[in-house]
Amino acid sequence: MIDHLRTIPVEFFWLFGALVVLLGVASGVAALLSRRPADERKAASRANLTARINAWWVMVGILAVAFLAGSTMTLILFGLASFFALREFITLTPSRPGDRLPLSLAFFLVLPLQFVLIGTARYGIFAIFIPVYAFLLLPSIAALRSDIDDFLSRTAKQQWGLMVAVYCLSHAPALLMLEIPGQAGRSALLLFYLLLVVQMSDVMQYVFGKLFGRTKIAPVVSPSKTVEGFVGGGLAATAIGSAMWWITPFTWVESAAISAVIVLMGFLGGLTLSAVKRSLGAKDWGVMIEGHGGMLDRTDSICFAAPVFFHIVRFFYT
Amino acid sequence: MMRPSSALLVGVVKLLVGAYARWIGTSPGPAQRIYFANHTSHIDTLAIWSSLPRGLRRRTRPIAARDYWGTGIRKYIATRGFGAVLIDRARESADVDPLEPLRAALRQGDSLIIFPEGTRGATALPARFRSGLYRLATEFPTVELIPVYLDNLHRSLPKGALLPVPVVCTVRFGAPVVLANDESKEVFLERARAAVVALADPKAAA
Repeated sequence: MIDHLRTIPVEFFWLFGALVVLLGVASGVAALLSRRPADERKAASRANLTARINAWWVMVGILAVAFLAGSTMTLILFGLASFFALREFITLTPSRPGDRLPLSLAFFLVLPLQFVLIGTARYGIFAIFIPVYAFLLLPSIAALRSDIDDFLSRTAKQQWGLMVAVYCLSHAPALLMLEIPGQAGRSALLLFYLLLVVQMSDVMQYVFGKLFGRTKIAPVVSPSKTVEGFVGGGLAATAIGSAMWWITPFTWVESAAISAVIVLMGFLGGLTLSAVKRSLGAKDWGVMIEGHGGMLDRTDSICFAAPVFFHIVRFFYT
Repeated sequence: MMRPSSALLVGVVKLLVGAYARWIGTSPGPAQRIYFANHTSHIDTLAIWSSLPRGLRRRTRPIAARDYWGTGIRKYIATRGFGAVLIDRARESADVDPLEPLRAALRQGDSLIIFPEGTRGATALPARFRSGLYRLATEFPTVELIPVYLDNLHRSLPKGALLPVPVVCTVRFGAPVVLANDESKEVFLERARAAVVALADPKAAA
């Protein structure tokens, strides 16, 4: 344990300390704000602010775990996030009795196995396990049950759920398995970099959208996304990402380009999953399911950004 | 302090089906109650029990059928995990009233979780209620009768299924149903069933 702690790069302590101080201030301000009287709209946007700050605390917690407890614990944490995201997706997806066995297998066999395969760091297997084997075998089991009503639409929805909630999300902790020359023990910083740029992009697009938002990009799918918010927030997040080049193997120019890709993929993730959600008849993954936090609302941009970021780092830096 | 077996049980149930409580027509409190719900799955009992605030769980006892919960590991879960009252559905001996263990628990001051359909149904909405609820209502007029609707559990572990499918389940608690003076058994049971059905639509319940 002590030996493991010695291998932690010193940047970690700087980042961690700075974030805890910043978040502490943010939480303090939010707590003060929530004490002041407000109408319904103000109260709602304050609740939104608190939710976002709390999401940041969670992110800092993951960073701490990824460094202090090691990659196994991080894989378990992301595995749980995948489990909750998939549970949410399946809850909103109509299913028939013939889907029961494939669905149980998706949760109790495919999901854990994907994270175990990630843990073995064998890219050749974990990159194809779900898209080839799960996608061929699970519908076969449903077909063997001879329940053909809406067969294609049922299995397609289950595959979307597995793809987004398990396959895509699992590429975030997969970053810990990359061995980059000259960067031993620093791969958790890449996971942090990804989460930071994605979250910053969400926050900045929200802020810029509130301030300057006029032109809606896709009013039916996601009324809060505007051209001004996307451009302003995206540029701000890209700037923050490139300024963080020193924790990565990238130069600052590369870091800017990679951040821009993360921002774009995160944006597309939010948009596309919003369309998926609406076609399932829900407005919010969380609100539709009463009392539930909405794991997919929190992770939609990471789901799309993680695999692409993973591939970029793997192809160009390992 | 919760028993470790209970804590583990509640954790597993919450992981699998969430079991989020929605108190719509009533709020959690120490009053002695009979919670009655629709019945579609073996997890029903555990879902309602797990959704209750921790402090209420100790005094709230689910009714479980002895033929299913009465042996082996299931018996251990039922009696040690959630303090179930076991009853005979089959009525092996005609002279013993199967409601007797329920009366004993109510006399002790415990609250109960019952499924008035008597058996698990295949559909989301409950079938006709059997008379046990009416008899308990007449014998224990001070106990509150709380209708409960379990959403989605028929998708998780329906009759005949071996493995559960994790889906998020909501447990909706409605306003107490009060037995009116001179209300007939049939009218009361249908009214109680309607109170559970009314909770099935989240929009109407909100």
